[in-house]
Amino acid sequence: MKKYLNNFMKYRFLLQELVKKDIKLKYRRSVLGLVWTLLEPLLNMLVLWVVFSKLYAKDDALFPVYILTGRLMTQFFSGATKSAMKSIRTNSGMIKKVYVPKYIYPLSSVLSNFVTFLLSLIVLVGVAAVLHVKPTIYVFGAIVPIVLLLIMSLGFGLILATLAVFFRDLEYLWGVFLTLLFYACAVFYYPSRVIKNGFEWIFKVNPLYCLIQNFRNTVMYGQGFDMYALVFSAVISFGSLIIGVYVFYKNQDKFILNI
Amino acid sequence: MGKKNVALKVENVSMRFNLSAEKVDDLKDYVIKFIKRELRFQEFWALRNVSFELQKGERLGILGFNGAGKSTLLKVIAGVLKPTEGSVKKKGKIVPLLELGAGFDKQYTGAENIYLYGAVLGYSKEFIREKYDEIVEFSELGDFINVPLKNYSSGMKARLGFAIATVVEPDILILDEVLSVGDAKFRKKSEKKIRDMFDRGVTVLFVSHSLEQVKRLCDKAILLDHGKVLAEGSVEEVSKLYEQRMK
Repeated sequence: MKKYLNNFMKYRFLLQELVKKDIKLKYRRSVLGLVWTLLEPLLNMLVLWVVFSKLYAKDDALFPVYILTGRLMTQFFSGATKSAMKSIRTNSGMIKKVYVPKYIYPLSSVLSNFVTFLLSLIVLVGVAAVLHVKPTIYVFGAIVPIVLLLIMSLGFGLILATLAVFFRDLEYLWGVFLTLLFYACAVFYYPSRVIKNGFEWIFKVNPLYCLIQNFRNTVMYGQGFDMYALVFSAVISFGSLIIGVYVFYKNQDKFILNI
Repeated sequence: MGKKNVALKVENVSMRFNLSAEKVDDLKDYVIKFIKRELRFQEFWALRNVSFELQKGERLGILGFNGAGKSTLLKVIAGVLKPTEGSVKKKGKIVPLLELGAGFDKQYTGAENIYLYGAVLGYSKEFIREKYDEIVEFSELGDFINVPLKNYSSGMKARLGFAIATVVEPDILILDEVLSVGDAKFRKKSEKKIRDMFDRGVTVLFVSHSLEQVKRLCDKAILLDHGKVLAEGSVEEVSKLYEQRMK
């Protein structure tokens, strides 16, 4: 254990450099630069809001906040898992030439997405302020679903990174699955209609929705956690991380022979 | 020579590759091949039971024809490849001058790449900051240090890579056909830097096709053929054997 910790400390600076590089290069050539991190979710929210609120004539002053909370969390999960999945392949040049602990690659992908996610929370604060959402003491509870989301993204990212080395086409399958997941997360609709039609189980088995639910509870509704959602999402998060670390660790020496 | 001075110990190292005629690396192919029972794996041993030991300060030349497993052996020692069997024990800081600039980013400037590549090699931030000027000076890049790497010539990239990789004081140095970086002037400078390291008693692993170079630089040698160690001993003996086999 101590050996791993020492190794991590030695390559901590590399992790930092890789995260920095990801974020820096993403926006280097655009005029607006980092502002895109804020603009993109905002525009995205506007589209969903126009479509699902105006066209469907649903009237709810807080609907934009509702959309944005769901949108930001699903966006982070899909962005992080996708880039973690590709990380071994995109860094194959480096992996073949120099020794670096391999988990650095998926970890840095997830973390750079996390930094962008944290920055884009500014948009949420802005929109919430404009729409007069009153923050309560429960707002501090939002840190729990956020941390669980980070853990879950890393767990799934590690599993996918390992599998994608051996099965290249998994990238497309995961993309399709993420679309499905997005629709099952009640981002732009209220779950009540779906529940009424007898499909409550969709939300019960969806850990990402559980996290969004608790996130909304704390930041929008000024409530505590939904206990089922909290326990279920925590179990999935830590479970996926344990499986992810195990699968990755068991297979990492074979990566180089397959990329 | 006591046991204490062993700098590198390679024990029964074997390395297996899978050389399938067609590589199966997606799910669709895998399922189809699995159903048709066409999943074949062809084994290839690039290294077989390679063992040797180096005392601190010894300089080992690795001889062998193309495909003998020289580069694979260096990669195993550098830690890039994990051996299928056996183990490598090394003491101290190892600097592999194998692929200079692995980890360079084209869009980054030279200055940014110093930090990035330094981090790849496992240096700390403070260390790089401290050595930054030395690296820039040695690489002779001048104002180009603030230009993105994609605008560099290959010689410039190689110089920067060499300058970053050699800024540390290694205990074990791995050289693969090196000393051919940049123009004549820079080559002289880089040779001198490596010679200085030799003088300080660094342990060296050196791969080259040039027998003359190996004889000049090394005191011990091994001869590899098809992944096996054919001979081990002083550089004179082994190179004599190598010359015989060349005929």
